Amino acid sequence: MLLLGDDALLLLRDAALIAGKDLRVELRSRVTINQVAPFAVLVLVLFAFALEPDRGLLTRAAAGLFWLAVTFSALLAIQRSFAIESADGARDGLRLSGLDPAGIFLGKAAAVAVELLALEGLLGVGVVVLYDADLQGATLLLATCLAATAGLAAAGTVYGVLAAGVRVRETLLPLLLLPIVAPVVLAATRASEAALGQAATDGWPWVRLLGVFAVIYVAVGALAFGPLLEDA
Amino acid sequence: MRGRIIDGLLGIAAAVTLATTLLLGLRLPPTQEQDEYARLIAVHPPIAWVAYLAFGVMAIASLLWLLPATRSRRWDRLAAASAEVGVVFTSLMLITGAIWGRPTWGVWWVWDARLTLSALMLALLLGYVALRRVSVDTERRALVSAIAGLSAVVVIPVNHFAVTWWRTLHQGRSLAQVAPSSQLDGEYIAVMLVGFVAMTLTFAWLLSRRYRVEALVESLEDVGLATAIEERRREGVEAFA
Repeated sequence: MLLLGDDALLLLRDAALIAGKDLRVELRSRVTINQVAPFAVLVLVLFAFALEPDRGLLTRAAAGLFWLAVTFSALLAIQRSFAIESADGARDGLRLSGLDPAGIFLGKAAAVAVELLALEGLLGVGVVVLYDADLQGATLLLATCLAATAGLAAAGTVYGVLAAGVRVRETLLPLLLLPIVAPVVLAATRASEAALGQAATDGWPWVRLLGVFAVIYVAVGALAFGPLLEDA
Repeated sequence: MRGRIIDGLLGIAAAVTLATTLLLGLRLPPTQEQDEYARLIAVHPPIAWVAYLAFGVMAIASLLWLLPATRSRRWDRLAAASAEVGVVFTSLMLITGAIWGRPTWGVWWVWDARLTLSALMLALLLGYVALRRVSVDTERRALVSAIAGLSAVVVIPVNHFAVTWWRTLHQGRSLAQVAPSSQLDGEYIAVMLVGFVAMTLTFAWLLSRRYRVEALVESLEDVGLATAIEERRREGVEAFA
């Protein structure tokens, strides 16, 4: 902590405040637990209908289906993250709070990331139980989840605030976000395949690519969030 | 006025070179390997070049709008125009590629790294154009779309690595093995170069037309606002009188 300057500490404090607020709202409203989590599991079940209940096929595709379910759920979590700011003039409150916009961005992204990690835990159980997946490389899998989730949450929060001001954001956000997070889905799937023993490749280069993606969008978000929030 | 003359000259030059490409391209002899389809080389690579050019212009114009020193509505209009023309050319690139791929590879589409990147590029451009369509306020739209445009570009290197690794890790198929450019003779190259000039001129002409339309729409909005304010003011005066 001594290495960080006062500014960085303030930024982290602001981020923690916002993340705490968002997570408290989610815990009390239970929208993520009551709606997004069942939706994610339902997607896993629907994939089984699409791909024949042939266990071999589902097991081989488990990594990709897992990350598709996470990506679709992420869309809902991000919509939700900005829906709570649009009611009761919450965005004006946020703007007038004097918190650092970069801190607000980090906080909102962190709250989305925590929700997604919880969902990934649930979906992981689902994939093991429903698809008969074999979790071999636990370290690789954990690193993949952390890096991919950071990227999804950061990019999602950038596009969430981009689309926040417009009327048709529910349909616009997927069109904007899905091509952006396409490399995350691709890289996370390949790394998870390696971790599940479905591919004889090294998963770590993919994890590094996920890390680069996350760093890019954390930087974009930290720079762009101020003007975007100010003008909304 | 001078702009109109340049516009007109650009349009004529584009039409003439496009017609030349068409005539010369159709008179190219069929090749042994690819038969009649080899002629697509007169249009497909030039269209692909313009698709990337349009994406690049959109990115640079977005950056210039974002930098405080160069911020001007002109860059916003240019980015908007370039993205829309880019959608047309990127779609044409994918369509002409598929028309060539079907007889040559036997399939309309392969999950080649370059094809996948182009498809993602089209999706990014469509998102950008859709974002512009739904924003109401001009200033807000300029900010939002400049950030969206630039953040679509910064992800391209990551996309590139992801799809390249993906395809090379799985199978070694690549466009290079079947690309027509490996055994081209002079006649084909000459027609392709005419095609490059024609498509670039067509892009410039479309870009300039679209830019002008964007400027007219903006001035119409400004005039509309001024008129509305004037009307309200008159109503107020009349109510007092």
